[in-house]
Amino acid sequence: MGKSENTPLLELRGVYKAYKVGGFLRKVKVNAIEDIWLSLGEADIISLVGESGCGKTTTGKVAVGLLKPDKGEVLYKGKNIWEMTKEEFKEFRRNVQMMHQDPYSSLNPMLTVYKTLSAPLFRHGLASDREEAVERIARLLRLVGLTPPEEYMEKYPHQLSGGERQRVAFARTLSLNPKLIVADEPVSMIDVSLRASILNLMLDMREKFKVSYVYITHDLITARYFSRKHLLMIMYLGSIVETGQTDRIIKEPLHPYTQVLLSALPEPDPRITRSKKLIALRSLDVPSLLRMPTGCKFHPRCPFFKKGLCDVKRPTLIEVESGRRVACHLYGS
Amino acid sequence: MRPILSIKGLSVEYLSPRGRVKAVRNVNLEVYKGEILFLVGESGAGKSTLGLTLLKLLPEGIAKVVGGEVIYHRDDGGNLNILKLRKGRLRRFRWKEVAMVFQGAMNSLNPIMKIKDQMYDVIKDHGVRLSKREAYKKIEELLAMVRLDAKRVLKSYPHQLSGGMKQRVMIAMSLLLDPKLLILDEPTTALDVLTQKNIMNVLKDIRDKLHLTMIFITHDLSLAAELADRIAIMYAGSIVEVGSVEQIFYRPKHPYTHGLLKSVPKLTSEIGKLESIPGFPPDMINLPPGCKFHPRCVFRRDICMEKEPFLQKVEENHYTACWRWRDIFGEE
Repeated sequence: MGKSENTPLLELRGVYKAYKVGGFLRKVKVNAIEDIWLSLGEADIISLVGESGCGKTTTGKVAVGLLKPDKGEVLYKGKNIWEMTKEEFKEFRRNVQMMHQDPYSSLNPMLTVYKTLSAPLFRHGLASDREEAVERIARLLRLVGLTPPEEYMEKYPHQLSGGERQRVAFARTLSLNPKLIVADEPVSMIDVSLRASILNLMLDMREKFKVSYVYITHDLITARYFSRKHLLMIMYLGSIVETGQTDRIIKEPLHPYTQVLLSALPEPDPRITRSKKLIALRSLDVPSLLRMPTGCKFHPRCPFFKKGLCDVKRPTLIEVESGRRVACHLYGS
Repeated sequence: MRPILSIKGLSVEYLSPRGRVKAVRNVNLEVYKGEILFLVGESGAGKSTLGLTLLKLLPEGIAKVVGGEVIYHRDDGGNLNILKLRKGRLRRFRWKEVAMVFQGAMNSLNPIMKIKDQMYDVIKDHGVRLSKREAYKKIEELLAMVRLDAKRVLKSYPHQLSGGMKQRVMIAMSLLLDPKLLILDEPTTALDVLTQKNIMNVLKDIRDKLHLTMIFITHDLSLAAELADRIAIMYAGSIVEVGSVEQIFYRPKHPYTHGLLKSVPKLTSEIGKLESIPGFPPDMINLPPGCKFHPRCVFRRDICMEKEPFLQKVEENHYTACWRWRDIFGEE
């Protein structure tokens, strides 16, 4: 058990991660994420939202221990995962699972559903023979809505639709009874009519087993649905720009980037979407990570840009009201 | 309203090792001059295949039109049967009458040619009688229309432009020979929200300024909500419902459309738990008998499992392919 009641399940403390890019003559270090803070407890949900290249996937990989941060700490139940013993790290990896975007490439095409799902069970000693494995897998398949399970067990990925594959992938994620699932765009390649069912399934598992989620997406609308009363974190070019309760941010976005994003988002309702007023950007171009803007990273595009301040000083994330943090000079900092 | 395109009883099949994939099945649809028609459907619904067929761009040897025709109505009153066009005429037809922009089209720009030369080549290669100066004037006008800085873009190579800029170059390029109809297949799908919004606005400008007819193919109902005049919903290769944007969004008359609308989350309005459509899309090789949606439909009766419904008139401009729409949704 954790050290105390209040020890979060997972914590990221001031995490930095840089990649080396460029040719063999001139390698440049690019900060993929900078100073990321995140904390979540049992049955908590946090949605990480941002456009491509904002560092949300890197943050996810750091959180599950697939990437080692250059600076900062990743704590699981209060313990730095990079200072764990082999045994502890193995337990951490079993309890914190990653779910990927592409159900077409995340399943081995040569393996039946049974083979895919039984391998981790045997590896982690959760089943000792075929009979036990079949029983457990049948329960998992029923849980994710693939019935009759006996029929699905013998199928290969190519015999399944995208929605079915994502359910198999989800069953695999669940097979080791994880405490936390980092789901990276789990529904973006799934058909619209099946998305809701996958998201609902994930939410059901939270109800049933108190699973926590880090939901990574570019799609604010599904993020809103998934983490309404929970947390939302908006990222831009590797930094957190705004964080707080999802519904409150959607209702009243504080950071100019969040405001622009919400104003640009099309919605599946003609009257609503056609009456939206777009907040115009100063520039449409996303700056290159190789030439990160000085001061606030959003300043070259920000409609509220103040010369001499925003292009000089990087805003820090400050708490503007209880539970809401924003990194913008409009709100002090 | 005058149609610019009439699709009559069109069916297309792909040959696969497992059997014939019935990608498009008996599609009947008129596209009216000056409208923005959205073809909305999920993967495998046949919307992209339908789009390709309209330009006779189906991969030869693999795909086959097994029935029906596509008639293009020219401004001068003449009619063209697109599927019967031969190479030379087809080539001219493709840029001058109908043009197409694909998802990821920006990747089809030649990486070692400046935008300027690629755009000029389109004009030159199609034998348009314009002086070099007139041609560049036209190119600059179109780049301005898609909100690009012509001076900068023209002398750039594709790698110097962002994805959104390249996609706008492709849109400008598709307009070079003044087509009357533009087909857009998921033109914004791989792009970020802000870039996507910009392209949607560009398309609005084009509609307002050039009065072009557009067919926009997408899986994204939000984009249809934003730009469509009319929407055709596709399922398992057929059009299951067609109507105005208002009719489809606020008074749907097909259980699939209805289910689809209830399964997408919204941002501003209050919502409870989303309901998704039960089951999975059908296998396009072994389609179920009767209505292709019946295995997933909560309203099905015996007739739905026996006979495939055809499009029936609900009200002016609004058609649904459901035997039971009156019982389920009531009359307007």
